[in-house]
Amino acid sequence: MIADLGYFSLLFALLAAVYAVGAAWYGHKSHNERWLESARNATLITLPLTALSSALLITLLLTNDFSIQYVWRVSSIEQPTYLKVTALWGGQAGSLLFWNFLLAAFTAAAMAHKWDEQKPLMPYAIIVASFTQIFFLSLSAFVENPFARIAGGIIPANGNGLNPLLRHPGMIIHPPMLYLGFTGFTIPYTFAMAALISGRLDDTWIRTTRRWTLVAWLFLSLGLILGGRWAYDVLGWGGYWGWDPVENASLIPWLSGTAFLHSVMIQEKRQMFKWWNMFLIVITYLLVIYGTFIVRSGVISSVHSFAQSAVGPLFFGFIAVMALFSIYWITKRREDLKSEHTLASFLSREAAFLYNNFLFLAILAIVFLFTNYPIISELFTGERGFVGPPVYERALAPLFLLLLGLMGIAPLTMWYRTSLQRLGQAMVWPAVVATVTIVVLFFLEVRLWAALLGVWTITFSMVLTLVEFGKGTQARMRRGENFFTAFSNLMARSRRRYGGYWIHLGVLVMAYGVIGVELYQQETQRQLQAGEIVALGAYEVQFLNVMQRPGPDDLIITEAVLDVYKNGRLVATLTPRREIYTRTGQPMTIPDARSTFFEDFYVLLAEQPTSPTAVTLRLFLNPLINWVWAGGFIFVLGTLIAAWPDPVEDKITAVRARQRPAVALTGD
Amino acid sequence: MMAEISAKKKLHIPSIAIWVVVLAVLGLAAFGLVRVNTARPEPGQRAPDFTMQFYEGYTWNGQSSASLADMRGNIVVLNFWASWCAPCRVEADLLEQSWRKYADQGVVFVGIAYSDVEPKALAYLREFNITYPNAPDLRTRIAEMYDITGVPETFFIDRNGVIYEFHFGPIDAARLTTVIERMLAEG
Amino acid sequence: MNRYLVWLLRYAWLLLLLLATPAMAQEGGRLVTDDEVNAIAKELYCPVCESTPLDVCETQACADWRELIHAKLAAGETRQEILAYFGENYGDRVLATPPARGLSLLLWVWPFVAFIGGALIFGRYMVNMRRAAAASENEKAMRETAVSYPIPPTKDPYIARIEQELKGE
Repeated sequence: MIADLGYFSLLFALLAAVYAVGAAWYGHKSHNERWLESARNATLITLPLTALSSALLITLLLTNDFSIQYVWRVSSIEQPTYLKVTALWGGQAGSLLFWNFLLAAFTAAAMAHKWDEQKPLMPYAIIVASFTQIFFLSLSAFVENPFARIAGGIIPANGNGLNPLLRHPGMIIHPPMLYLGFTGFTIPYTFAMAALISGRLDDTWIRTTRRWTLVAWLFLSLGLILGGRWAYDVLGWGGYWGWDPVENASLIPWLSGTAFLHSVMIQEKRQMFKWWNMFLIVITYLLVIYGTFIVRSGVISSVHSFAQSAVGPLFFGFIAVMALFSIYWITKRREDLKSEHTLASFLSREAAFLYNNFLFLAILAIVFLFTNYPIISELFTGERGFVGPPVYERALAPLFLLLLGLMGIAPLTMWYRTSLQRLGQAMVWPAVVATVTIVVLFFLEVRLWAALLGVWTITFSMVLTLVEFGKGTQARMRRGENFFTAFSNLMARSRRRYGGYWIHLGVLVMAYGVIGVELYQQETQRQLQAGEIVALGAYEVQFLNVMQRPGPDDLIITEAVLDVYKNGRLVATLTPRREIYTRTGQPMTIPDARSTFFEDFYVLLAEQPTSPTAVTLRLFLNPLINWVWAGGFIFVLGTLIAAWPDPVEDKITAVRARQRPAVALTGD
Repeated sequence: MMAEISAKKKLHIPSIAIWVVVLAVLGLAAFGLVRVNTARPEPGQRAPDFTMQFYEGYTWNGQSSASLADMRGNIVVLNFWASWCAPCRVEADLLEQSWRKYADQGVVFVGIAYSDVEPKALAYLREFNITYPNAPDLRTRIAEMYDITGVPETFFIDRNGVIYEFHFGPIDAARLTTVIERMLAEG
Repeated sequence: MNRYLVWLLRYAWLLLLLLATPAMAQEGGRLVTDDEVNAIAKELYCPVCESTPLDVCETQACADWRELIHAKLAAGETRQEILAYFGENYGDRVLATPPARGLSLLLWVWPFVAFIGGALIFGRYMVNMRRAAAASENEKAMRETAVSYPIPPTKDPYIARIEQELKGE
């Protein structure tokens, strides 16, 4: 009954999306405003319908209705309530439904919010957005139906339970963040396409969607950071990023999205690169769906369970249609988007943004090819290939280093041109500070040239960025504001700019952490009897005993009790665990760590203990790992500052929109 | 002259490059999809040919290596196994006994060790006194050709090199005998 | 290396104990630590568990592989030899770093192609833009000696003021 209602609600959402396309088309052709409004309303109604559908699936999960295949697969009676709710995105069918809900939410919000401002673009925006919805709703309704009943008519007494890997808090929030990021990019894409098709190529679409882009990008970034944290906490290999195809699938659109967020500023300031920006946003969206495709179809990471489903081929069809359609319009409107491109100097803000775009796209090109290498290899040699982290790291490290350096220098440049002398003067002190830093580090036994070069660059950029904050604050203080007022007003008055600098700071802090972990991670593995000691760095670990106890649900926890000494002093008692969910038999290795500002002492049980007095420990010393998380936090904070609604800026947009009536097709 | 120039201008190189890249990526994705959805070879299809270098001490026809094609004219029971696979142990004895029973009737048993290490594999073969030819799956190529999803899996190949039956998981005596007898009866 | 020796001596008795276990009994040879095995296992990805490095993979197949690495190290094989062995026996896809030959050369060449190709495209583009700017500036330079920055025309003084503020003074 509930399942039927949920399914019908899904079907109605699909119908509404189909109707929206038709009505928008007809309304546009016949210049009938009422049809357009009706189309818009149909788009809006998909939100409550998909919301209802999702709510009903959650109800089924909460009521343990194992006659529903999905519920049986991802839930169980003993599963804690919050996991029953989050099981909504714990499997393919449910996560697609959830995806549909988020897509509907973004679409409806954009349509409701921008209706009056963007009327001329709306018919096209509705058509593009609804077409996307039709695809995903059809997938949910006809291929991966979350409400499908279990075959055979026998209702199982209990379900399988959620995949243990997905029970970690990081994994509970990580997928929604990625989905929000992925679906969020639909909105800028939709308006970009609407602008392309309608020929209203002025930059209203950018002003309309700028914040949407930033929000989508924020969620994508959050997804990436949380994914890393989850890997570190749950996967038990002492790392946070493995260049896995699934991770790359979300990194790749993030790269082009980041390039877009930078280059769009050139268009806002100087009306250049209109075509380029269109191109970047379209590419970002196509990469979002391509990433989803490779993850869900099993083309690259052959997850056999998804491989044989019809999702793959349908997804391919969708990507092909979207790619051909988008690229057709992009190349067709090339002439119309031509603007007078001039560059007064290679040392200008415009140029700096172009260097940025170049680096991001080079990184993207490399990651993209490497990620696809397994299929490329199969195509040309008949044997599946594989690209491991060392290959990625070697290829990308120099590019990331350049990017980190550029991050510091670029904000010094001015629009049109910057004198070399001025630039040089501004860089003297940061260079001195950076040099002093690495000299000090050198005497502290940091001797790897890669580490020193990295730290020099990061410190250099860090000082430059901090100076930017300082200059702004000082300028305000000269007008009589005290330091704190000056600083907060600075943030409040130009959020995007200083939010951006916060983001840069976050990245730089993360970069210190990455260098620490990547270049100075130490590890050792040892079998120990009770009472024995193993040493790593300044740490010594004494193994006491192994305890076993039942956890919630069908969980059995086996944990080792360890005393950790640093320089001979007891600093912590750690209990790394092995968890086994008896029903599925899947083991989990949960590390324990002593976290400090400078390092994590991270301990794993390398094997399932078979005796209470013997254990195989794997120890990691991860220097600066917490800087990665701290940097991530600053990063997200910066994005929030940049994306937060700014009344002053909104006023400008509104006034501009009134002043400059949309110019059709002629470009400028 | 002017017309020529403008015609040439129409060929905008960046646009062409974008099209080429997009189509190449789509082509690649399509290929990957076809590859992923290629199911294992079904009964009635020709068994993909491969060559194998038998483990030391194992031969077929006095040779230390052979290809599936060399075995044409025989009924081939192709079994994928691994020493780390518990269900494989269940069927190991049965396979060896059947091989001894049918060897002189033109039935060849072939074992392929999937993702296994040599010392362990040899120990396993010794443990079950296995005498029929066994070979490692060099470069994991055979497993990919037959698109196995795990071990054990058994393919029955007829005298013409066509797959006759497929069995997923450990096989039992009844099923093994039935299939072989039926193949023998059909010639 | 020195520190390593120190703890090797310190825990030699433990290693002797380990030697007694069957896993260690391979070919006699030299003593091999788990760390040495892990250092090589990190570079390997067994086909049974995709995209999980061998040093953390949990399956029995992976445990066997680690044991084989152990035995090979004990028999005196080098890191290169062991990695090559796995590549030959299980295919290049089990190696984190595929050998630079055949198609996988692409993995070495492509980063340079992407970088240099991108630099050429962006560079050419920027040089063209620079020329366009120089052409239009020449006229101006005739009239003005000081460099003047074009300011986007804004009619509304309100906007001009806010924009001034937004520029961060």
